[in-house]
Amino acid sequence: MKVEINRLRSILREQTDRLVTGLAVLATVLVVAPLVAIFVYLVFKGASSLNLAFFTQIPKPVGEVGGGMANAIVGSGILLGIASMIGIPMGIGGGIFLAEFGRGTKLADAVRFTADVLNGVPSIVMGIAIYALIVVPQGHFSAFAGGVALGIMMIPTVCRTTEEMLLMVPHAVREAALALGVPNWRSVLAITVKTASPGIITGCMLAFARVAGETAPLIFTALGNTYWSTNLNHEIAALPLQIWIYAQSPYDDWHRLAWAGALVLIILIVTAVSLVRYVTSRGVLKGAS
Amino acid sequence: MGVGIEVINLNAWYGTNHSLQDINLNIPGNHATALIGPSGCGKSTFVRCLNRMHETNPIARVTGTVRIGDLDIYQDCKPVEIRRRVGMVFQRPNPFPTMSIYDNVAAGLKLNGYSNHRALDEIVEKSLKNSALWDEVKDDLKKKSGASLSGGQQQRLCIARALAVDPEVLLMDEPASALDPVSTSKIEDLIFQLKSQYTIVIVTHNMQQAARVAEKTGFFLNGRMVEFDSTHKIFTNPSDKRTEDYITGRFG
Repeated sequence: MKVEINRLRSILREQTDRLVTGLAVLATVLVVAPLVAIFVYLVFKGASSLNLAFFTQIPKPVGEVGGGMANAIVGSGILLGIASMIGIPMGIGGGIFLAEFGRGTKLADAVRFTADVLNGVPSIVMGIAIYALIVVPQGHFSAFAGGVALGIMMIPTVCRTTEEMLLMVPHAVREAALALGVPNWRSVLAITVKTASPGIITGCMLAFARVAGETAPLIFTALGNTYWSTNLNHEIAALPLQIWIYAQSPYDDWHRLAWAGALVLIILIVTAVSLVRYVTSRGVLKGAS
Repeated sequence: MGVGIEVINLNAWYGTNHSLQDINLNIPGNHATALIGPSGCGKSTFVRCLNRMHETNPIARVTGTVRIGDLDIYQDCKPVEIRRRVGMVFQRPNPFPTMSIYDNVAAGLKLNGYSNHRALDEIVEKSLKNSALWDEVKDDLKKKSGASLSGGQQQRLCIARALAVDPEVLLMDEPASALDPVSTSKIEDLIFQLKSQYTIVIVTHNMQQAARVAEKTGFFLNGRMVEFDSTHKIFTNPSDKRTEDYITGRFG
């Protein structure tokens, strides 16, 4: 009798194990499926319109066949460059302050609260704010204003991930540095930040990928441009803007280009993120955690 | 060369908790001194007062005098200066995880602005030889991370890191308590060799360890130092009843 019960219990245990493993696999599939679906659909719709001209030519006037988004690709690059130069240093600096120097102070609480609120500000509101702060006083739309809008949107993500990652560095590692007679600021920069750097880089990439696809903050700031421009003081084209304009148009040719643009945008983001990961992981030593 | 340590009326607090009360003792230079006592008796706090690591905790406070050699460490200098002269090895090995073995040992010098590469090479080799780790790691000094070593090797790496800044005193807070018996005996052999050049203060829960490595032993209880004498005397003929109760295993 007792043997029977034990046997039943072990069968029950095995079945529970299988059920839970199955649920975990199902959850994984559900998470990955939309991503794969979007990518496959983009390739299906957009790949046929991708050709050399797409990467080398600027948009053609309505009615002419062909043309490309070269100016929008370069424009997006410039906008994201400006945004990264603003968002990454300010975000990392803020995160270091929150985790290391300002811990427990009122100022740190205020900064943390502000970052969280900023994170929740709708991107269109960010666009209007920069329109009022930069575009109106200057009297014209500009790449600079667009870059600033995207850069400010990057700050809260970078700031809060930097803080979280720094707090995960074990106390013992900080103590080891201080016990060697290393001044606190130097220990923070050379030891704590360095130990947390893989996580901080991930945070920066997340923020980068998020703003790379933003359209709304650019409508009132960078405006978009159908001609070549690399001038920071002029309106500039951007991939998401160009996709938005083309997708709204009544022309089939432009719809196809919009799909191709969306595909290129995704590929560029994935490439940029992978490249940064590859470059930053090359210096990692054997066995480093 | 190791120097002596003179402690006069040392008191320490964590918040309102008076964790060290009126400690007075003379730790001889170039010897190993063991501190024993039950958990929470203040011995770790005591060694952390000897290199002012105690102060890294914002709620901590200290009064009294600690003289290391001729230097009054709470009057004459800044915490960073005294920490370069008083090295510390912690309970759990804590190598810098992103650094190579070489960089771990050189860290104290590099982070204090020392950049003579040839001299660094020599110091790293000498420190690793002094901590009996050189033969095990010399082939992948710059290839392997400090975190890739075994626990015992990591602890010897931490000792090398402390030795590289050429301290006069080496504080060890239960350096072998997280290690297996073989690694423990290597650390003890090391302490035996190192005490001819450095003043060593070792906190330990293991009374045999105290008896094996130290000339002097202090017994702490509830934030006070009950007895401080030669190790032989403490373990064979203690003058205080509480010391005798502790070492015979009646409490703690």
